[in-house]
Amino acid sequence: MLPAAHDDPFAQFKVTFFEECSELLADMEQHLGDLEAGSYENETLHAIFRAVHSIKAGAGAFSFARLVNFSHKFEYLLDELRTGKLTVEAELIETLFRGFDVLSDLIGFAQNGEVPDDAYGQGALDQISFYLNKEDASEAGEKGQTASSAGDAPDDSGAAAEPTAEAPAAAKQSLEHFRIEFTPREAMYRHANEPLLIIRELKDLGRTETTIDISRLPALNAMEPEDAYFSWVFDLWTEYGRDEIDEVFEFVVDDCDLTIVTLDHDDEVVDVEVSPGRPVGENEGFGLYVSPEDLVAGQVSASQAAEALKRQMASKIVPPETANNKQEQVEAAGTGPSAAPKASSIRVDVDRVDRLVNMVGELVITQSMLAQEVENSDIPKTDRVFTGMDELSTHIRDLQEDVMSIRMQPVKSVFSRMPRIVRDVSKKLGKKVRLVTVGEATEVDKTVIEELADPLTHMIRNSLDHGLESPEERLAAGKADEGTIRLSAEHRGGRIVIEIVDDGRGINREKVLKLAREKGVVAPDTTLSDSEVDNLIFAPGFSTADEVTDLSGRGVGMDVVLRNIQSLGGRVSVQSQPGAGTRFQLTLPLTLAVLDGMIVGVAGQKFVVPISSILETVRPPAADVQRMVDGSCLVRIRGEYVPVVPVARVFNFKGGEQDPSEGLVVLAETDGGRVVGLLVDELAGQQQVVIKSLESNYKSVRGIASATILGNGSVCLILDVDALAKMPVLMPAGKSGSKTQKAIAAQVAAE
Amino acid sequence: MADNAGVDQSVPQGFDPKLIGLAQAGTDDLAAESGKMVQFVSFKVDDGEYGIDIMAVREIQGWVEVTKLPNTPEHVRGVLNLRGIIVPIFDLRCRFGNGLTEASALHVMIIVAVGHRIMGLLVDAVSDIITTNTDEIMQVPEVEARGDQKFITGLITVQDRMVALLEIEKLFDIDDLVALVSKAAG
Repeated sequence: MLPAAHDDPFAQFKVTFFEECSELLADMEQHLGDLEAGSYENETLHAIFRAVHSIKAGAGAFSFARLVNFSHKFEYLLDELRTGKLTVEAELIETLFRGFDVLSDLIGFAQNGEVPDDAYGQGALDQISFYLNKEDASEAGEKGQTASSAGDAPDDSGAAAEPTAEAPAAAKQSLEHFRIEFTPREAMYRHANEPLLIIRELKDLGRTETTIDISRLPALNAMEPEDAYFSWVFDLWTEYGRDEIDEVFEFVVDDCDLTIVTLDHDDEVVDVEVSPGRPVGENEGFGLYVSPEDLVAGQVSASQAAEALKRQMASKIVPPETANNKQEQVEAAGTGPSAAPKASSIRVDVDRVDRLVNMVGELVITQSMLAQEVENSDIPKTDRVFTGMDELSTHIRDLQEDVMSIRMQPVKSVFSRMPRIVRDVSKKLGKKVRLVTVGEATEVDKTVIEELADPLTHMIRNSLDHGLESPEERLAAGKADEGTIRLSAEHRGGRIVIEIVDDGRGINREKVLKLAREKGVVAPDTTLSDSEVDNLIFAPGFSTADEVTDLSGRGVGMDVVLRNIQSLGGRVSVQSQPGAGTRFQLTLPLTLAVLDGMIVGVAGQKFVVPISSILETVRPPAADVQRMVDGSCLVRIRGEYVPVVPVARVFNFKGGEQDPSEGLVVLAETDGGRVVGLLVDELAGQQQVVIKSLESNYKSVRGIASATILGNGSVCLILDVDALAKMPVLMPAGKSGSKTQKAIAAQVAAE
Repeated sequence: MADNAGVDQSVPQGFDPKLIGLAQAGTDDLAAESGKMVQFVSFKVDDGEYGIDIMAVREIQGWVEVTKLPNTPEHVRGVLNLRGIIVPIFDLRCRFGNGLTEASALHVMIIVAVGHRIMGLLVDAVSDIITTNTDEIMQVPEVEARGDQKFITGLITVQDRMVALLEIEKLFDIDDLVALVSKAAG
């Protein structure tokens, strides 16, 4: 059903998802910070919850199982918090931060298409489960379900709930000997963990002997300050149990290689012998500071060096386990930025872009003013000023184009929503439908895209519901049982043309006409052309479905589509061939910010007529002008009579040409497809103009769509052809000042 | 000339709505708070001298031809391009019911912020910046209806001159204008 995709059809969505993820993570981090700073407001928790929830939802859509699992757990914990079943406390916030670290790493993995090893994030997960269990336990009346088997572990300690089966009970009085191998990964420092603190904590547990492995330490100039190069082996004799040791490493388990083994007393002796590394005393910085003699003497045991080497090699061969590692390796290998999860796009407030557009517009005006001044000056034409002005003009034009293009987006973002709609709707209707999309890369202004989704969805639904037949009906008509809807977009003459073509039954004109007559949309005795009948489906309150389905016919019909499109300065037309299909065509401006305009002069003032609505400009011979009793007139253009709107009189401006055969008649088409002639004094050229709002500081004025600023810096009004066609023609300007005229003018103004 | 009266000539592009909000707050507080120092920009229309809250004034510039708007009330002179923003210009004399100002280069437009809107007032000349205490502001006495009376919120005396304080919100409340115009129409 979907058009064959050359690559991952969801690639674009994934990009959006990861963009959103990084935004959500940034948000989350901020809120976590707030939480830590003591803002225990519910809204903060809600915000964190929402972020995790959104990540989960997106991850689910793309089947990032690990991410889903983790965020699900995390979300659950947050839910308990926000519903007040758990209270926010310092240790829990640590857990949240750790969860956040794991979450962002998992997103990084997903983005790079990597699969982390199974144990990744387990520590954080266990911690989360601990809190959840704790909550369960307290609900169950403390029915002995505490995660830690160590009886003396304080309940609120946030102890890591590592499976404790392998760890013997800690209550033993005799000292136990643990060997702990601790190798931080790069990410540890980035997550703001400090080995020194860990070592200090370890020391508090009992007697320690520390051996440091410095074999990975590179030369000073190759050293990355944020990377971890050391690894340690601690021998710890302690009365505490495994849990306490786990607790020490609780915040770093995801960022280091950690092995903790219990040695019995016999092994102890042996072990001490096989690790001849120099024990580090308390005052020597726990091995963090290595004396030069150590380096020279190479007091690192051979076995450890070998092990370190092995580890180092492993880290080269096996994909590293953190996103950060991966990124660095990729960058080091110079394989390009594609694999790096760096943002390749930024989101910018549309207002900022608009301000930029505005400023460039001003620049254009200033530049043309300067050019004029230079032209009129006495500077010889060979002067470098002229070359400079030319270059300036080129650069500003390029700049303007680039700035405008910031707002342009491919229609793909709208088109790509349609397959889903087609699938859902066709399933519901029991129809077989294939959707073909063409020209998805066609670019159009962001504002247009946003406004396009609703009408397009509606039209697709309409085609599915009314246009295409059921498979049986199709087979009976000698067509393939699978119907086709073709959705296409292309640029045509500075506008974007979007077509929705189906190969269904076409518009049932008899039915449409009958319905239209029943509903009083057309008078019973009028005869309409086929095309006129087809266009009746755009009439307000019109729905041809025999029964109102839940898909279309919910009171919004094609008339809403028409209005939506018209409000964007676009047009909709329909062509239908009974039995063969229907073709809807939407024509829209590429941008709502600029407009191709014809500058016309009326009564000494300049106005802009949108080129898109102009058909032609004529000066009709006096014989073709037909005056009406009310003072208005018609002109005959190729046998058809076209009403003339004398712009100056409609606007109540003094002066201006009154006679169509003396002035110029600009034939323009209204959105409804009517043709009117605008009577103007002169044409003053064609120009692309930047649309400015009149309403932002004043209010809308009838007959005026918006305003723009001309090259000389003056404001020029853009005519609203539709409104002009409906405006009352006022008394001839000569009688200006009469009471009736004032009243009419006031009334028009009031509207 | 009055257009270099030096009042906030450096209006930032885009008009920070926060600033506008402040300006509004300034006028709102006038009546409520007493003993507060306030500043007004005073200007002349015909023989009268008027003042508006300095916080509402964005800039002052000399009269230039504006683009006429069709079918608008007479006192709407048209629209002006203020660095890319379309700003309507109102003829204050006409607004007071004394007919159109015969605008020349010597006339002045005071650009003001009213709520979120930027507008221009066409006046004869800007005369002064008045610093006064809110306690000094006197009530408007009930007098025979003058064209400008309904816009005046208070009076102050400056060196034997009377300056009438205008409430720009009232003056330029567009809905009010529309209502007035339609009432006039019938």
